[in-house]
Amino acid sequence: MSSFWSAWIIVISLGSIFGCWWLLYATRKSQTTDSETEETMGHSFDGIEELDNPLPKWWFYMFLATIIFGLAYYALYPGLGNFKGFLGWTQVNQWENEVAKANEKYDPIFKAFAEKSVEDLSTDPAALKVGQRLFANNCSVCHGSTARGAVGFPNLTDNDWLYGGSADQIKASIMEGRMASMPAKGLNPAMSKSDITDLSNYLLSFSDRAENKPSAERGATMFQTACSACHGADAKGMQALGAPNLTDNAWLYGGTPSMIQQTIEFGRAGVMPAHKDLLGEEKVHVLAAYIYSLSKGQ
Amino acid sequence: MSTVNNQTTYNYKVVRQFAIMTVVWGIVGMAVGVLIASQLVWPELNFNTPWLSFGRIRPLHTNAVIFAFGGSALFATSLYVVQRTCQTRLLSDSLASFVFWGWQLVIVLAAITLPMGFTSSKEYAELEWPIDILITIVWVGYAILFFGTIMKRKTPHIYVANWFFGAFIITIAVLHIVNNLEIPVTLWKSYSIYPGTIDAMVQWWYGHNAVGFFLTAGFLGIMYYFVPKQAERPVYSYRLSIVHFWALITLYVWAGSHHLHYSTLPDWAQSAGMVMSLILLAPSWGGMINGMMTLSGAWHKLRTDPILRFLVVSLSFYGMSTFEGPMMAIKTVNALSHNTDWTVGHVHSGALGWVAMVSIGAIYHLIPKLYGIKEMYSTALINVHFWLATIGTVLYIVAMWVNGIMQGLMWRAINEDGTLTYSFVESLEASHMGYLVRAIGGAIFLTGMFIMAYNLWMTVRLKEAQALDNVPQTA
Repeated sequence: MSSFWSAWIIVISLGSIFGCWWLLYATRKSQTTDSETEETMGHSFDGIEELDNPLPKWWFYMFLATIIFGLAYYALYPGLGNFKGFLGWTQVNQWENEVAKANEKYDPIFKAFAEKSVEDLSTDPAALKVGQRLFANNCSVCHGSTARGAVGFPNLTDNDWLYGGSADQIKASIMEGRMASMPAKGLNPAMSKSDITDLSNYLLSFSDRAENKPSAERGATMFQTACSACHGADAKGMQALGAPNLTDNAWLYGGTPSMIQQTIEFGRAGVMPAHKDLLGEEKVHVLAAYIYSLSKGQ
Repeated sequence: MSTVNNQTTYNYKVVRQFAIMTVVWGIVGMAVGVLIASQLVWPELNFNTPWLSFGRIRPLHTNAVIFAFGGSALFATSLYVVQRTCQTRLLSDSLASFVFWGWQLVIVLAAITLPMGFTSSKEYAELEWPIDILITIVWVGYAILFFGTIMKRKTPHIYVANWFFGAFIITIAVLHIVNNLEIPVTLWKSYSIYPGTIDAMVQWWYGHNAVGFFLTAGFLGIMYYFVPKQAERPVYSYRLSIVHFWALITLYVWAGSHHLHYSTLPDWAQSAGMVMSLILLAPSWGGMINGMMTLSGAWHKLRTDPILRFLVVSLSFYGMSTFEGPMMAIKTVNALSHNTDWTVGHVHSGALGWVAMVSIGAIYHLIPKLYGIKEMYSTALINVHFWLATIGTVLYIVAMWVNGIMQGLMWRAINEDGTLTYSFVESLEASHMGYLVRAIGGAIFLTGMFIMAYNLWMTVRLKEAQALDNVPQTA
């Protein structure tokens, strides 16, 4: 800040404190007695009188002590404008020191885990315990504390993978994040309401839920022009694009006819945030092992 | 009463109107409080309707208890005290009437717009810009009424209660206008003119001084009249009142930044908030000492006078929460307490223990005077109310202390691998019992308010009770 504002802050801060100090001393000095009295000030308001009692001593010294503490704090810590304080403390360097201390203490644990592969860690109880805690701290808000997901957030336990379920693919999803984009009406912006109904009947037919056979057949034709580029000619999806398999009755955004139609009409945009800068690769490595373990054996 | 000369009587009508609405809005505001406290125990109580969802009616609760209940208590007492201690009638009866009806309109508009979801999203200043303008107009009317009455006083000096009321009126005007500078985009939506961190600083400069001037200075004004009146003793120390008044209003305006510790606010501003909050301890306690010590020589009255009990216990809670506040403003303590229920408990030891209890005591003192009778319908019911209020407040505060400290400790607990021991939802689950106790405490406090309303109703219906609009000055 400019030296004007710095000086302004110093003047009004110290002015407030020394103003109180002066008031305290001036009042004490003008006291007529040192002990409790029944003398009044001589005025009366609606029958209320005021005694001329001195400031209580303990209170006077307590006030003084807090003022001295305040002045000492201003000498040691930043507070008076541009003056940084004799301790050199800032909230940023306090945080940096705490992080450095934590890293020194915890890095060896994760360094040891990093020497093993994700697959090996996924059977290591010590690593899984740490991985589960990392998951609870960082992932459970969206994916749920049991990792079974929620509408819009994939279930991580069902071995149905949008971007692939290999150890490397899981780790890449966490490290770099994922940006899914389902355009409204696929590749056919001219799609009508009845086309959308046809398409949803077609998709429902994979789980024998189509309400109308001819409509589902019309939907199959529409699917090939508007949807197959990403979801594949057989509607089984494409992991390279994160396009979901539409035949397995697992629905990221809900599998009722109305939810499916909403997804087609308005599109979807799913985001998995990148965690490499938030957690660092070594922690992501352990986390990937935990998530890999969740669907193994299924 | 046409033969009565206006210059020789007090206007009690506006005092009576505000005194009655204090009880009415107290019940409404606290009932909403009990509802939202119960929603945290049983979430089904939002009945799946947006109008009753926590996010919308929590500001309804805070606005109703602070500005409708607390505000009505302040209007009633300040307009009574200023007349009695200046020995003169209010400046203008029509202005008094305007202030009463204007303030009621503000409250009704708040009660409609907040559940509808109209909000400027600033805590304790959620009301949208058309209502902000209305508040400003009513407040200026109130300031003219109050200071105009002071100007035509017949006493040589201005009584200490009026210093506090005056400081509260001026400061609230400045705070309200500066914090609510906003750009309207539609009739019910506006955006603050301040960017980012500056907006946060202005908001908490406002927010903490809403506590400091509305809920502290104003209520100290109440204390300075009703405690010596009810105890029939002189105020303990005139000198103490001078020092603590000037120190209190000088230091309070600095304290707001303690709400923004460890944030994007520059270090120097955080330090200022902490240092000034700490030095504020002694000036705050000055008010408590002056009130408590006024009872020296009259302590025996506590045995028989539940109104005096309300006033004295309110001062104890005031002393306790003004000790707790400076402690919570210390960065190290704040790192534990911030964002936990401890803050909620701290606010309520002030709001229930101090603000509500001193108001209730003052209203019990006031009502018989306004109806020309000796005392309330039932002193026994005042005593029941006193115990319900005290027990309710203690349950509330203790539940929030336990919850708050537990939450702070759970959030910072770390495993041997550096990960957090608890997820957020685990701390929420652990808070369930505290929320239940808090809701019970609040419900007990609310029950007391219903008893007060019954007592008030029966008092007004007493055969000899007669609403006095104009009272001779000598009375």
